[in-house]
Amino acid sequence: MDMAFLAAGFGAGLAVIGAGLGIGKLASSAMDASGRQPEASGDIRTSMIIAAALIEGIALFALVICILLALK
Amino acid sequence: MIWELATTVTEAAKKEGESGGGSGWIMHHVLDSHQLDFSPFGVIDLPHIEVFGIDISITKHIVFMWFAVIVLFIIINYVAKQHKKSLIPTGISNLMEILIVFVRDDIAKATIGKGYEKFLSYLLTVFFFILFCNLTGLIPYGNTPTSNIAVTATLATLSFIVIQAGGMMKNGAFGYFKGLIPHGIPMWLLPIMIVVEFLGLFTKPFALAVRLFANMTAGHVVIFALIGLIFILKTYFVAPVSVSFALFIFLLEILVALIQAYIFTVLSSIFIGMAVHQEH
Repeated sequence: MDMAFLAAGFGAGLAVIGAGLGIGKLASSAMDASGRQPEASGDIRTSMIIAAALIEGIALFALVICILLALK
Repeated sequence: MIWELATTVTEAAKKEGESGGGSGWIMHHVLDSHQLDFSPFGVIDLPHIEVFGIDISITKHIVFMWFAVIVLFIIINYVAKQHKKSLIPTGISNLMEILIVFVRDDIAKATIGKGYEKFLSYLLTVFFFILFCNLTGLIPYGNTPTSNIAVTATLATLSFIVIQAGGMMKNGAFGYFKGLIPHGIPMWLLPIMIVVEFLGLFTKPFALAVRLFANMTAGHVVIFALIGLIFILKTYFVAPVSVSFALFIFLLEILVALIQAYIFTVLSSIFIGMAVHQEH
């Protein structure tokens, strides 16, 4: 039981590291792009939000597994 | 909210032998229950209804879902009446027109393209329903129906049906499933590709459901945890910090409510577009 909590904590932390790196890289590239081409910033923002949602979805899968571990 | 928190935290602390820790009181507020908590004015108990062994009782989340639906119905009715009277919008019609035109032009037209009119009514319904459900959680004593996995799973199932039906109506049932596999891949890859693409049909709506559920739950848990710090640490000095942080998260929640309604609609719309126009 205790090991399940430990695994859930580590799993959540690792998933958050991955998602944070992913969204950070995405946002940095999007800002680079809209700095180079300010007239396209609307399109860039839209596709950035969609891509962020997809990355977040993967992170949330991991978190759901962690919750299942912790609540078992 | 503060008052109910105080009572539930002290109750939870009593139950857990004055340890003060535990997260039971947070889950108590986030999870569905059979009573509406209006403390300090009292608690309304909702009836348990069971039909053929299936629990269909009206719970807290259902009450607030109906509340959101009624508010949405009144507003949309008013806007529609005003639109019939004159084409120049005033007041709340202005706001609704911005949102409706946004869904039509930036979501449906941009991602589905030709033949978007058929799906526009579904996308508008889903967008406004999710938006109002998300926002009911931010009013005092309110609750977010979309922080219940059953609600989001139902919405995702509807999206799944619309995606598949749209694809099959445009391309024919056989043509649709054939078009799922990209052209010109080697023969020996086919068994893997068929399994992967078939699973992909189900993971998309599953991700939609889990994303909305987790986002709406997480925001509330953070607010409760920040406010609960005051009662857990039992000191007034932590109050300014935690209240200002909670206010910040609360403002962020308004943004998240809008973004999640947008994300759900735009992803449904993208998947519909992928199913209808398979050549991309």
